[in-house]
Amino acid sequence: MSDPPPSAAGPDGSEAELLRRLRARDEAAFAQVIDRHHGSLLRFALGFVRSRAVAEEVVQETWLAVLDGLGSFEGRSSFKTWLFRILANRAKTRGAREQRSVPFSAFADPAEPDAPAVDPSRFRPDGGWAAPPERWDADTPERRLQTREALRCLEEALESLAPAQRTVLTLRDIEGLDSAEVCNILEITETNQRVLLHRARSRLRAALEAHLAAGGSPC
Amino acid sequence: MLTCQELTELVTEYAEGRMGPWRRIEFWMHLGMCKHCRAYVSQLRATVRAVGALPPEPVPPEVKDELLERLRHMRPAR
Ligand SMILES: [Zn+2]
Repeated sequence: MSDPPPSAAGPDGSEAELLRRLRARDEAAFAQVIDRHHGSLLRFALGFVRSRAVAEEVVQETWLAVLDGLGSFEGRSSFKTWLFRILANRAKTRGAREQRSVPFSAFADPAEPDAPAVDPSRFRPDGGWAAPPERWDADTPERRLQTREALRCLEEALESLAPAQRTVLTLRDIEGLDSAEVCNILEITETNQRVLLHRARSRLRAALEAHLAAGGSPC
Repeated sequence: MLTCQELTELVTEYAEGRMGPWRRIEFWMHLGMCKHCRAYVSQLRATVRAVGALPPEPVPPEVKDELLERLRHMRPAR
């Protein structure tokens, strides 16, 4: 079996170096990886288990499994994909044991009752805009989205997404994984992945739009 | 013709490169003619960038310390 070189596994060539340092039990490297991914791992785990306490436990187990498994990690996938796969397996097992009320089948069938990307009242009967969106960057550049209030609004909107949507959005837009990696981690089809991503992004846009329309006041 | 409302439901399919060639042309043509939908698409892009720029949630120091402590007791992996 021939493995691709580890540097080919991730988008950044620094991955091989990161792995080398992690294998050497470099504390600074490990601390850095924890800082970078812990929040996403937690958010991910919360999509599968009932409480934050359990999610934290699952994430901690995941980190330990990562430390244990580094020696046998062959770089066939990127480190991030590997990390989230370990977590997904653990979180699913745990969620199944808990018989969580939000079932994992939420991923298999994202067909919630028709949730349009944009409030239908914004359109005329012929499907054209009646209340068109403004350009956010026309007079005031993207700085408007970087205020503390806008960030909080975005975080709140993220928390309020359906778990499956939040999970996909986290992997795609926060962790920067591609759709194939996300399908692989969650074991969902490309179409499901896209529908979940579409709904999640549309909701967050709507939340930001409402926030900015209200003059940037807190959500 | 693609309506504005339809376009808002197709943006992700477009962005993911999952659109057939004819649909794609319709999509482009609509965007070329419709500044409102251009604004919509640019808002979505800005949203995705803003999400990507969210600062990571700080890790509670005791959680990190405990993990690093476990690390110290493990032998090198290879
Ligand atoms: Zn339009």
